[in-house]
Amino acid sequence: MLNFTLWDILSNLLLAARWTVLLSLIAFVSGGVAGLLLLVARVSPVPPLRVAARLFIEVFQGTPLLMQLFIVFFALPLIGIETSAWTSAAVGLTLFTAAYLAEIWRGCVEAVPKGQWEASASLAMTFPEQMRHVILPQALRIAVPPTVGFSVQVVKGTAVTSIIGFVEVTKAGTMITNATFQPFLVYGLVGLIYFALCYPLSLSAKALERKLNVAR
Amino acid sequence: MAYSFDFSSLLDYTPVLVDGVVTTVALTAVSTVLGVALGVGGAAARTSTVKPLALVVGAYVELIRNTPFLVQLFFIFFGLPSLGIRLAEWQAAVLAMVINLGAYSTEIIRAGIEATPKGQIEAGASLGMTGPQIFRYVVLGPAMAKIWPALTSQIVIVMLGSSVCSQIAAEELSFAANFIQSRNFRPFEVYFLATALYLALAVGLRWVFSLMGQRMFAKGVSRA
Repeated sequence: MLNFTLWDILSNLLLAARWTVLLSLIAFVSGGVAGLLLLVARVSPVPPLRVAARLFIEVFQGTPLLMQLFIVFFALPLIGIETSAWTSAAVGLTLFTAAYLAEIWRGCVEAVPKGQWEASASLAMTFPEQMRHVILPQALRIAVPPTVGFSVQVVKGTAVTSIIGFVEVTKAGTMITNATFQPFLVYGLVGLIYFALCYPLSLSAKALERKLNVAR
Repeated sequence: MAYSFDFSSLLDYTPVLVDGVVTTVALTAVSTVLGVALGVGGAAARTSTVKPLALVVGAYVELIRNTPFLVQLFFIFFGLPSLGIRLAEWQAAVLAMVINLGAYSTEIIRAGIEATPKGQIEAGASLGMTGPQIFRYVVLGPAMAKIWPALTSQIVIVMLGSSVCSQIAAEELSFAANFIQSRNFRPFEVYFLATALYLALAVGLRWVFSLMGQRMFAKGVSRA
């Protein structure tokens, strides 16, 4: 029987944590881009676009991430796209992130005083010009703390992708547990790794918020 | 290649799905009651003048809020037996959900408590109320009214998060979906339906909580 030292366990978990970090980054960046498009649709003057964006957000905020991942995993092959756990995890988490970020950012856009919209409209600015030059720059300032705060949810969300077979730190933990029969130690370490990733993000979100409140 | 959808094969499994929905609702109901109670206690401790207590609760909140629910669940279900604490699937699921919701609601309720104007607490003290009395009759009601929407969202998130309890074989809705797709080999249809059921549950839960909120906080102040 093989023996696993504490270092064996920890080093393997840390190697797997690379994929947690990479997946989080991919989901956050692509989800941010998709979320921005969704936000523009959500606040646009075109009613069908607004309704579609609202529905998308409602559905993704009202269903479990696990189900979203399963559906992506089983639905992409139906439209002829070969999926791996990697692509399903990335696509699923991107859509999830986009929905939440769009909703967070909508709150920030709505916090911009109405007079700003009216003033820019009276300068004959079109909707894209208003967004680009007047609304988004102001909304961006207050959007930073909650966006950083939400990144914690993205990192934690990657744990769920272990269920569709993506090997990140939680899945690695399960595999190591099956070999070592030390679930207490292994899942404890897995939890600490997540904490090490998420706590700095939480702290910086809080610090940014405080800074913003002082500036105002 | 054209895939033909077949939702009719799901009809045979209606009882399984109903059982799944019932279990998800039951898990959510029990952990909401216990979790919010834990949150009220946690918020009281967090805002109390007893420094060590506030620190311990603070550590608990940060630890839970910065680790995934799935890992908490695995730690409780697979890890705790090494300490001699052996829990059934549903017990582990409830415990994990209570601990998770407890941490989030501690933070949410604390925000409500801290928004209480100082004058109200002083007014309570000048009427000869003790600390616990002030907390119970002056602070808690308006605080809950203020944070009710945020608490509702968190409970919806916990309900949706309970789907990962299928991984420790707690027989809730996702477990039912996994079971059915392993029998009828129609994963897309099954998960689509399960997702729709979750969406309905989420909408229903928000509706129930907004009704409760209107009932309880209609007068704008707590009715002692």
